[in-house]
Amino acid sequence: MGKVLMKGNEVIAEAAVQAGCKYFFGYPITPQSELVAYMARRLPEVGGLFLQAESEIAAINMVYGAAGTGVRVMTSSSSPGFSLKQEGISYLVGSELPAVVVNVVRGGPGLGNIQPAQSDYFQVTKGGGHGDYNIPVLAPASLQEIVELTSEAFDIADRYRTPVILMGDGMLGQMMEPVEFGERTESELPEKNWATTGTRGDGQPKIITSLELNAEALETRNEALQNKFARIKENEVRYETYKTDDADYIMVAFGTVARLTMNAINKARQQGLKVGLIRPISLWPFPEKPFLETRDRVKGYISVEMSAGQMVEDVRLAVNGHADVDFYGRTGGVVPTQEEIYQKILTVTGGISV
Amino acid sequence: MLEETIIAGFGGQGVMSMGQLIAYAGMFEGKAVSWLPSYGPEQRGGTANCAVVVSDEQVGSPLVTYPSTAIVLNNPSFDKFEPLVSPGGLLIINSSLVARVSKRSDIKVIELTATDIANDMGNVRVANMILLGAFIELTRVVSCESVIHSLKKVLSEDKHHLIEVNKQALNKGTSMISVTH
Repeated sequence: MGKVLMKGNEVIAEAAVQAGCKYFFGYPITPQSELVAYMARRLPEVGGLFLQAESEIAAINMVYGAAGTGVRVMTSSSSPGFSLKQEGISYLVGSELPAVVVNVVRGGPGLGNIQPAQSDYFQVTKGGGHGDYNIPVLAPASLQEIVELTSEAFDIADRYRTPVILMGDGMLGQMMEPVEFGERTESELPEKNWATTGTRGDGQPKIITSLELNAEALETRNEALQNKFARIKENEVRYETYKTDDADYIMVAFGTVARLTMNAINKARQQGLKVGLIRPISLWPFPEKPFLETRDRVKGYISVEMSAGQMVEDVRLAVNGHADVDFYGRTGGVVPTQEEIYQKILTVTGGISV
Repeated sequence: MLEETIIAGFGGQGVMSMGQLIAYAGMFEGKAVSWLPSYGPEQRGGTANCAVVVSDEQVGSPLVTYPSTAIVLNNPSFDKFEPLVSPGGLLIINSSLVARVSKRSDIKVIELTATDIANDMGNVRVANMILLGAFIELTRVVSCESVIHSLKKVLSEDKHHLIEVNKQALNKGTSMISVTH
């Protein structure tokens, strides 16, 4: 089909449809409403179902219902609406149901504004709902990467029977870039023999629930969940490095901020400063390996975020005191410019020695 | 080649579609492109703008702080972006609607009475295409042919009869530059 120019929000929607998602329940909120609108138009074309729910809470519980039948289902929102979905997300984890939840993050807290932000990092990586759980979180940096990661999000969801979060920001959702939807390679995935589609007299009733009144039994279930999270940590880490081989300082950034940071790195490199980048693609599981490999030879790390400093805590855990960890961030919908990031590089590295 | 352009004006002047046309045209020519709109809660009478990056290499930042070219279609846009054009850059002004005069000597400034010219052509709404034509002639970032090809993508089927007048406006813009500069 060749390259097409599309908005990020529309790319998420089309990529989901091409990944076999036929059910979407959502509620519009800026800056991701184009995703909802695209699904409303597109899903009937592929024999799917789009439903605008009365609220985000209703939408996530509709997702729970649909996921229970084993179909590929998605919902999307932006920060305040995503907060409303937390109870349902916790239930999805507890009931081990696969689904993809999109959060196109905007400025917060509270109603905040509609500008780009990454300040839901804690919420998506540390469990925004109640109970002991983690969810795989994928953070694309370009519209082409959205195509790939949306598809992977559905595969991971089915492989581990877990909700998966796709996290972008308002800038990624609103911008246009050329994208190409290639042929999808179908992954080998476990059969959904747990789906509640009726037993037709051929076995015991199937039950999907997160309720377990017996404490020991719930603890056993939690242990099984923890084992699953350990498997995900082992198999689903994704990251990219850029010019880290000879770097004295390594920047850490994800999503669109990684692109702005890359520009700043290129400028610093032109001035002879050896700076590289670690770009986490999976925010959970957080990529520890590139830090373990570099922390004893670099002088320091600089985490750049559209938040007051959230991912930087995971960076510190991964670096574990072996090197300095610095931070630069803007909040409230302000996007850090490449010039500001470059200035931060100069400040931390001590600038250009002549 | 790296061209980072900001196009700004009132909502309705076609600044967003100008940017999209450049992005489409760049894509058709095999270049890397990005288009980023300002999508804040803009007030009526305020400015809407978009940033377009066309590059031979992968686009890093879709966000442009210091544009290599700014095309401004109203006074607030002039005030906001004239100081930000990077040294050696280009400022294209729709002087039919912008009453300001740039005092910068480190950039190239082009003033076109685009709205008046469009009026003379019988369609005030193609003022943006006149400015776009001038932009293309001055920067050669994409070709006019690619932009005309892109019009078929940007305009829905029922508006394809408008392609001809847009094309004329585009050519008008390019010819005004090639004659005077």
